[in-house]
Amino acid sequence: MIQNEMSRRRLLGLGVGLGAAASLTLTGCGGGSSSGPSGSAGNGGKDYTGPKVDLKLWNGFTGGDGEIFKALVQQFNSEHKNIAVSVVTYEWQDYYSKFPGAVSSGSGPDIAVMHMDQLATFAARGSISELDDVAKTLELSEGDFAPTVWKGGLYNDKRYGIPLDMHPLGFYYNKAVMQKAGLDPEKPPTTKDEYTAALTELKKSGVQGFWVSPFQFTGGMTFYSLLHQWGGKLFDDEVAKATFNSDPAVEACTWLVDLIKQGHSPANVGQDADYLAFKSGKNAFNWNGIWQINDLKKSPNVQWGVAPLPQIGTQQAAWANSHNFTIVKQRAANENKVSGAKVFINWLSQHSLDWAKGGQVPARKTVRDSAEFKALTEVNALAPELEYAAFPPATPGLGEVILTFYNAFNEAALNKKSPKQALDDGVAKANKQLEDNRKKYGN
Amino acid sequence: MADVIEVGAARDGAPPPAGPTRGRGATQRGNRATPYLFLAPYLVLFGVFGLAPILFGVWISLHQWDLQLPNRPFLGLDNYQDLFSSDSAIYGDWWSSVRATGIFTLFSVPLLVVIPLGLALLLNRSFPGRTFFRAAFFAPYVLGVAVIGLLWRFLLDANLGLVNRLLGAVGLPADTPWVTDVPWAWVSLVGVTVWWTCGFNAVIYLAGLQDIPAELYEAAKVDGAGGWDRFRNVTIPGLRPVMLFVFTTTILASANVFGQAFLITQGAPGEQTRTVVWRIVDEGLRDYDAGRAAAMSVFFALMLAVVSVVNFRLFRYRED
Repeated sequence: MIQNEMSRRRLLGLGVGLGAAASLTLTGCGGGSSSGPSGSAGNGGKDYTGPKVDLKLWNGFTGGDGEIFKALVQQFNSEHKNIAVSVVTYEWQDYYSKFPGAVSSGSGPDIAVMHMDQLATFAARGSISELDDVAKTLELSEGDFAPTVWKGGLYNDKRYGIPLDMHPLGFYYNKAVMQKAGLDPEKPPTTKDEYTAALTELKKSGVQGFWVSPFQFTGGMTFYSLLHQWGGKLFDDEVAKATFNSDPAVEACTWLVDLIKQGHSPANVGQDADYLAFKSGKNAFNWNGIWQINDLKKSPNVQWGVAPLPQIGTQQAAWANSHNFTIVKQRAANENKVSGAKVFINWLSQHSLDWAKGGQVPARKTVRDSAEFKALTEVNALAPELEYAAFPPATPGLGEVILTFYNAFNEAALNKKSPKQALDDGVAKANKQLEDNRKKYGN
Repeated sequence: MADVIEVGAARDGAPPPAGPTRGRGATQRGNRATPYLFLAPYLVLFGVFGLAPILFGVWISLHQWDLQLPNRPFLGLDNYQDLFSSDSAIYGDWWSSVRATGIFTLFSVPLLVVIPLGLALLLNRSFPGRTFFRAAFFAPYVLGVAVIGLLWRFLLDANLGLVNRLLGAVGLPADTPWVTDVPWAWVSLVGVTVWWTCGFNAVIYLAGLQDIPAELYEAAKVDGAGGWDRFRNVTIPGLRPVMLFVFTTTILASANVFGQAFLITQGAPGEQTRTVVWRIVDEGLRDYDAGRAAAMSVFFALMLAVVSVVNFRLFRYRED
């Protein structure tokens, strides 16, 4: 053990910074442009009658949702004798850094699950195929899905993703803490006045009710939602300029940061501290992802409820993202594989009720309207947010620009800069990044 | 003074007895290619996994290189120029990460050179339970960065962490933002790193100390040298080669800091504790701009090479 550690350390020393260059090189060896026919194979996913195909599927479902997904895939495999799907799971963070290298070296998956905000990046990079024919053959249209989710799968008017679900930010409230402060635990606040009144009551009972995290999870996503509630946008319509320093954005940021000054939140909230404090009854409200429902269900001594985000600004809005199915372009195209993949995507989309049990809102309307889904109380509680969910725009390379947005909020929430200053600085940097992206992706 | 150094130097360069003389004779009689054949296995590995990637990295750094985009235009030195031109999108981030790595290295290296030396001196004495303490001080080093990162992130949390609670219990301020504000974030990062890795350096020192012959100390004692004199004139010169090794590896390891900042402070506040290696990883693997990432790596490697050369010079100079 000691020797291992020593050699590891020495390697670090020898590798110097070049180690990083070297590892980039290794993934770069694959090189080459990946090109293939854009999804013209088969009959668009109705059925598949060709020879047996093996399909590789990549996803990032590392939590309880991964088990549910695997069970679905097993069911699919047993119902389709000539298609065998095998699942590979990575952490989302690793997933997106491994994906490009794997695809260009020909060892990538056939089907990839991706977040909606990544679709444009990978479509522009030519790693995923158009799926318009799948939508057409299966007679899927906007009416079958929520419009916000359905449109998110488009890039340059072409469809690249078939939405599986959507996962919005929800409003979690701790019933026990509310009760102690004399609030009705069955009536969580829904408006700005109710919200601030509740926080005041909580403060009287000695509880800092709503901890404002300075990090993307969850403070950044909270601010993202508020900015849209105030009527702001992160970018202009062409996504040429960042606009998150507009007056509504600054107002939203100021409202949130002022909660710290007013004593409704401690300063310097650490990563995850807001959620841990919520679970242990140190605060009452937490705006967090729908995925926490499953975690809270495992904690029987926390009395909690979940509702759509209260409307603090002039309109309703909530941060949200969505998992989409994509078909990966291969260096050596295999039409049978592509049509097999389409059958799988269609089948899973129809079976997404089981997926809802993994803690996500199904994208398909028929599934959402079914009695079985309505029986999933907590997940169903967040379904209304689908109508006003604020998804990020479909522009390639936007991931890093949105991180600049979150970092700007970080500086404001940690009181390093005033909200206006922090957002102005963030926008200046974001505009440079957007310009770089335009050069790189040529649009 | 002079003869003590000579002894140290002689020990350093002394060949193992007997063996090599026979070996040398055999080489003269053997084939000219023999030494190269012996070197070949390593040379091949070094060429394929060391030299070639480095050269390829330099090549990449001259292009706008994206793993998946088909056109990879040659840019010449543009990627390097971006690092120095305040108009570029990466200028601010890059230099703030260099600053962060600089601050971390500046404060962690002296501590990681001095504290382990003290530890090694203590652990070199004979006292009951010595083996236990040697193991105890080394133990944290066995843990991975993910383990110590998560552990300390929760211990140091400003509002929920144990550290602030203990400080409050003894009447000290209980709201220090250990991981979300500077300079506290630096105190945390350096402190955690020292706690984590000082055992490793201590072991190296310990080995060095045990290499210093006891006769030297006896002779110094006979000459009337006190404890401090023995440390200054016997221990320190005897440890010189070991110190050079510790100093060099510690600087390089500190300059490569990534995991601690990534997990404990997450770059906060803003991007002030975001380090160079983190920046390079983001540029190359998150933003898929291998060209810029390679340029950063090459530039950073050159900076470290300069530091290492200065470091070697400094130690050799003192020896002369």
